[in-house]
Amino acid sequence: MEIAQIVGFGLIAAVLAVVLRQEKPELALLLSIGAGVLLFLMVLTKIGAVINVLRDLSVRANVNLLYLGTILKIVGIAYIADFGAQLCRDAGESALASKIEFAAKVLILVLAIPIVMAVLDTLMNILS
Amino acid sequence: MSTNIDLIFKIAGVGILTAVLHTLLKHAGKEEQAQLATLAGVAIVLMWVIELLGHLFSQVKSVFKLF
Repeated sequence: MEIAQIVGFGLIAAVLAVVLRQEKPELALLLSIGAGVLLFLMVLTKIGAVINVLRDLSVRANVNLLYLGTILKIVGIAYIADFGAQLCRDAGESALASKIEFAAKVLILVLAIPIVMAVLDTLMNILS
Repeated sequence: MSTNIDLIFKIAGVGILTAVLHTLLKHAGKEEQAQLATLAGVAIVLMWVIELLGHLFSQVKSVFKLF
């Protein structure tokens, strides 16, 4: 029953953050960052297991590992950027949050360019 | 798991303590020291949280093979 642990953890952190927010909003922000990181760490090992299965499947299906690696990198970037952006938005800095999201989009685009080029190459090969 | 919830309680404890200290010092007429107490509390908690964030980022890097 890991979900009970996680929900309990989240509720306790939420209550403490609400108590702190009246007196010290900056510490409440740090507390919510800490709680978010810990919750994320709790499920990260499970995500790792799923990803290992996916990698195994792609090796069995003879899919080029470059593509899976790129997709996993994109998912990782999206997770981290979303985490940071939500924390910034929680702290009332929505401008910073949208900058973080923009940066994440640019980085994902950079990672996706090799795949786009590969698709275009394949297309050209078929056409010629 | 127990260490996880411990950190949250530690942060909340520091927060409540600094809030009380701030109020006390302000009522005693020591504004600057009240500010310093708040700053110290924030710095202590920031150290813990930054350590935790570094741990998270390295974990995410190793899981998603980012580098």
